[in-house]
Amino acid sequence: MALSPSPTSDPHGHYLALVQRKRLYGGLTLAIFVLMMVSGFMLADSRNAGGFWSGLPQIFDFPADVLADTATKLHLLPEHLVRYFPALLETINIAAASTLIGAALALILSLLATRGLALWPRAIPVFRRIMDIMRAVPEIVIALVLIFVLGGGPVPAMIAIAFHTTGALGKLFSEVNENADLKPVEGLTSVGASWLQRMWLGVVPQVSPNYFSYALLRFEINIRASAILGFVGAGGIGYELKNAMSWGKGRFDEAAAIFILLFLTIVVFDQLSSHVRGRLIHKGGH
Amino acid sequence: MLVVENLTKRFGGNVAVDNASFTVDRPIMLGIIGRSGAGKSTFLRMMNRLTDATTGSLKVEGQDVLRLTGAARREWQSQCAMIFQQFNLVPRMDVVSNVLHGTLNRRSTLATMFNLFPREDIHRAIDILDRLGIVQHAAKRAEALSGGQQQRVAIARALMQDPKVILADEPIASLDPMNAQIVMDALRRIHDEDGRMVIANLHTLDTARRYCDRVIGMRDGRIVFDGTPEQLTTGVARDIYGADETFSEEATSTEIRDHRAAPVRAATPA
Repeated sequence: MALSPSPTSDPHGHYLALVQRKRLYGGLTLAIFVLMMVSGFMLADSRNAGGFWSGLPQIFDFPADVLADTATKLHLLPEHLVRYFPALLETINIAAASTLIGAALALILSLLATRGLALWPRAIPVFRRIMDIMRAVPEIVIALVLIFVLGGGPVPAMIAIAFHTTGALGKLFSEVNENADLKPVEGLTSVGASWLQRMWLGVVPQVSPNYFSYALLRFEINIRASAILGFVGAGGIGYELKNAMSWGKGRFDEAAAIFILLFLTIVVFDQLSSHVRGRLIHKGGH
Repeated sequence: MLVVENLTKRFGGNVAVDNASFTVDRPIMLGIIGRSGAGKSTFLRMMNRLTDATTGSLKVEGQDVLRLTGAARREWQSQCAMIFQQFNLVPRMDVVSNVLHGTLNRRSTLATMFNLFPREDIHRAIDILDRLGIVQHAAKRAEALSGGQQQRVAIARALMQDPKVILADEPIASLDPMNAQIVMDALRRIHDEDGRMVIANLHTLDTARRYCDRVIGMRDGRIVFDGTPEQLTTGVARDIYGADETFSEEATSTEIRDHRAAPVRAATPA
């Protein structure tokens, strides 16, 4: 009947043959993966200045130092927390402003890049590529360039994060837009509404809970990003952390205070945003 | 008032509307019947400019509306209201806002984006809702209303446009018989009281007979019947729908009434 052994003639043998072939492929994949890991590691280790194996035992030296330093000056910790709180606010401010600006630009770009909604359908690929480029460039690269041009401070960091956020949110927003119901848009077209009116009154009310949810997620990510940008001179808590760490022993208690602040902030905003997003999705899903 | 000449719409190899021509000299209530895919919706969508025609012209008071572009096209759309089978309201916005959308073309984009409609427009919107008997739902979200109520909101939006023509694309196809009658009565009343032209695609013959002054029958994109409801005999209907002797109107009728009942339209012939 068929060229290959029919499954019905010998079901046991047929299934076992299948399993064996799957196992062979699985084993080969694993072997290739292990080989690549090992060879890549050897190469990296041989090129490293310090060497991985010699450095490995020291990996816990820094946390140990921080803890030891802090333990002796525990009474100073509340003072440090208060002292670095304004820097934390600056970091959160950078994140909030860049998320707002990024989300507003992402909204416009995403509508221009969604099939069925775009103002100029032929320009959809152009706006998609613009978002790809904005997403592809890491914040830190833009921040380094801007700090070189504009000087250090929170504004270059804000612009850098907003740029990246526009690309990242634009992509997510555009996927939300694809699922928007086009009937209200058609209804507004039929009364002679302009493109902006159709988008703002017909699409945005439908997609705003999802937009908000993604923007909150991005806000969390941006808090971390703005803390990191402090290391390259963009101000905020990252700058203070870099100073506290690089000045060596004796100021590690301050580093510990900053770590605690950062950790608490991330936890608070994580909880807050998951709570709000949960409510939004719950409300929107009826 | 309305002159359609050699109007044609092709979708790839398919001809949706094939060389349609007809004239309407005064504001009447016009019904278009025909089976699914006969080109009824395509015709209305071309008239509202939601779909572009392939060839032909559609003149309203001497102006070929198919040639309009940009702001002039939107201006025409604001004078040519459209009612859809699926209502096409914004579900998450309240009823009055949805009605106020009828004025979008006349108001500045910026003001409407912040929902800043003039007070007199808001009063007028509520008055229109009152006229259609749904003023008690004014502050509710459109999605909270039943199908029949949503369709009346859509009619209110159309009236808010203060249009020359109201196009209704299967306005009662997704409604139960009682709501269908309420919606059709409302459309007829708008025609009688305001003197606006109403063009409605209908999927049931008895509705067309009862409410329309003139009926156009379409089959495969062509106009195969154009006359008064009285001329729309069962034999003609069979031709329009391409049916054989087993075709019976009563089988698809959705009306709650005795089929001998008098039509609600005025006695004057079209």
